Amino acid sequence: MSSEAQVVQDAVSAAPVAAPEEKSMSIIVTKGSLDWAYPPFILATTAAAMGLPVTMFFTFYGLPLLLKKLDLQVTAAGNPAMKMPMMGGHMGLPNLVTAIPGVDAACSVMMKNLIKKKGVASIEELRELAVEADVRLIGCQMTMDLFEYDKEDMIDGIDIGGAATYIECASNAHINLFI
Amino acid sequence: MADHTLDAKGLNCPLPILKARKALNEVPVGGTLEILATDPGSVADFEAFCRQTGHELVEHSVDDNVYRFLLKKAA
Repeated sequence: MSSEAQVVQDAVSAAPVAAPEEKSMSIIVTKGSLDWAYPPFILATTAAAMGLPVTMFFTFYGLPLLLKKLDLQVTAAGNPAMKMPMMGGHMGLPNLVTAIPGVDAACSVMMKNLIKKKGVASIEELRELAVEADVRLIGCQMTMDLFEYDKEDMIDGIDIGGAATYIECASNAHINLFI
Repeated sequence: MADHTLDAKGLNCPLPILKARKALNEVPVGGTLEILATDPGSVADFEAFCRQTGHELVEHSVDDNVYRFLLKKAA
């Protein structure tokens, strides 16, 4: 082999293993209410369907989205933009009303009914589709310690990791989202 | 006549795309998948899906609020 060919050969073997042109996506999931759970799961499942390897990193209030049994709730407190379609118009709730016991639960039931009626997937369904599509799910170890969760509380097949685990994956991804 | 038909009527974003991706597993390379949907957003979404994945959007049409897409599966 000529020395020139050897140089080319060395350059090829020194190339990173992951093809740089392969697109991938990562999402940091920090919120676990019913409404905030949608964007990360919708984007993760869609990106996976479009052929991108996807990693989701669940931290702080996003971590409970990995619990075996989900019971997601929504609140209108502090959210003046949350207006539900009602009797031909749209209705929001003043903050004071959202503080009345049972109001959040009623809002959550209304939202879930609306979701079903409009043919929108449930979070449970989207999460199942994400698992099926080999989306890598990482639970934040620090959050598990902080809020006292065990790996047994979580669905099977997830990884547990920390900031470095996420950064390694994000540094190779074209799309990195924080939700 | 398509090799496979997916009825995604009544489903909202992103389900038509996710179900189409799954249905493509049942279609041979070069074969066709017909998708019926009522989500108006699916028009732009199937165009983007095909550009990204390389599957060919052979035709799409709308009839009585039902969108019909015909995809040809790439290798």
